[in-house]
Amino acid sequence: MSTVISRNVHQSTLDDANWVRWSLIAVALGFVILFLCVPLVLVIIQAFSKGFGAYFSALSEPDMQAAMRLTLLTALITVPLNTVFGVAAAWAITRFEFRGKNLLITLIDLPFSVSPVISGLIFVLMFGAQGWFGSWFVEHDIKIIFAVPGIVLATLFITFPFVARQLIPLTQEMCSEEEEAALSLGASGWKTFFLITLPNIKWALLYGVLLCNARAMGEFGAVSVVSGHIRGMTNTLPLHVEVSYNEYDSVSAFAGASILAGLAIVTLILKTILEWKQTNRATV
Amino acid sequence: MSQSRIMPGFRPTVSFTVFYLSLVVLIPLSTLVFKSFELNFDYYLNIITHKRVVAAFRVSFSTALGAAIIASFFGFIVAWVLTRYSFAGKRFFHAIIDLPFALPTAVAGIVLATIFQPSGFLGKFLKENFDLQIGFKPAGIVVALIFISIPFVVRTVEPVLQEFDSRMEEAASSLGATRWQVFAKIIFPNIFPALLTGFALSFARGVGEYGSVIFIAGNLPYISEIVPLLIITKLEQYDMPGATAIALTMLVISFLLLLLINLLQHWVRKRSG
Repeated sequence: MSTVISRNVHQSTLDDANWVRWSLIAVALGFVILFLCVPLVLVIIQAFSKGFGAYFSALSEPDMQAAMRLTLLTALITVPLNTVFGVAAAWAITRFEFRGKNLLITLIDLPFSVSPVISGLIFVLMFGAQGWFGSWFVEHDIKIIFAVPGIVLATLFITFPFVARQLIPLTQEMCSEEEEAALSLGASGWKTFFLITLPNIKWALLYGVLLCNARAMGEFGAVSVVSGHIRGMTNTLPLHVEVSYNEYDSVSAFAGASILAGLAIVTLILKTILEWKQTNRATV
Repeated sequence: MSQSRIMPGFRPTVSFTVFYLSLVVLIPLSTLVFKSFELNFDYYLNIITHKRVVAAFRVSFSTALGAAIIASFFGFIVAWVLTRYSFAGKRFFHAIIDLPFALPTAVAGIVLATIFQPSGFLGKFLKENFDLQIGFKPAGIVVALIFISIPFVVRTVEPVLQEFDSRMEEAASSLGATRWQVFAKIIFPNIFPALLTGFALSFARGVGEYGSVIFIAGNLPYISEIVPLLIITKLEQYDMPGATAIALTMLVISFLLLLLINLLQHWVRKRSG
């Protein structure tokens, strides 16, 4: 808001002409509405295109319910693991100097630059029937690929950097004086972490967890490679949406999609609140 | 550093980080490299120079390039409008920019396909009025990749625009520069590295994108088949060596591109001081 006020006192040569301003706003909003708002609204319209009854019966189908449960289970396993990793990695990287630190940061980002399909493929190469450990697992009758463990592993890989990526820049800026004071006064390492560090990083941590969760629940490419698309067994919600869409079951596809779109909207709202909290903290 | 003596937890956190990183990322990723060592080099060349594979690479890279260029152009305008002007509903538009990060790619894929397929409401309009078909054509891939790219461009350009020192603009304009000169000679060169980064991130993401593309692409071999889909097709035919060879090539090209773009950015930043 302050930019608006300071803008008004500037002389007109610093401001864009009115026609420039309004045409740029029109182009920008037209673009955003066409590419972002229309698709979001259309998910909801399509989901209810055959009425509320069809929508709710699509949602209560056993295969749909199984897909939702699997998606929740996957997120419940992967998000906490990657959160613990993110906090540990941020602590290690920002509180200590050691050789190979920059390499470590680069390696943590690695999953971001790998295509989702390749992220799935590497687990097939490891655990598939012709894979490295494939025969051992077959002998012991443990299924990884085309089963839930494969889905969890692929999701773990895809969402690996999210929490660490949010925390590393923040903890880098935070100086460790408060923590050093607590430690020198005799607090234990854990006590220092829970009473000093955690309150300082909580908003960024929640932000990372939020993004990690959205990706864990929505991941498609990597999961699609390892899942085998077995209805009611290894279909996550995004995969169930794909299968229904390909079978021309539009209501079921968009009913599933509407749940995922709802998740996206909740994510965006929480994200906006967390950003607001973070900037407020910074200015206080 | 003195802090390392008083700070606890060096050993446990570093060893856990390295252990978990190896287990989840490095060992699985190295499988791809080791598996491709099992391939004979001539055989490898045979696979990746196959016409259909070359065509898929051409489709993937050209559509990602086109989408990144279009998204950079419009993304820059969006970032400009969001940082410099005020208008009704600005907060809403600001928040919805991140939708492609939050919306699962499969959902984006089916909804874009529904909009742009020849019977869809925009597809029909474009077909009847401009004789233009987007769905089930390479243009459809570009549309899906633009959707994916928007936040990458906007979110990299926005902070730089926000922190841009307006005194430089004031100095230029008080020395008699026109508004356009101020933009072209002062503002744009300073924003350019960020725009290039956004472009690069979009391009890199677009090359590997799968979920949002396959529904709208039509997936015709030689015309609208992307590399990730070809890898999946090979897998479904139990052609492991084929899938491995294509995946490795793609991975190496992506890494080289990222390296090249990082160098380019370094050069731009150095030149602009």
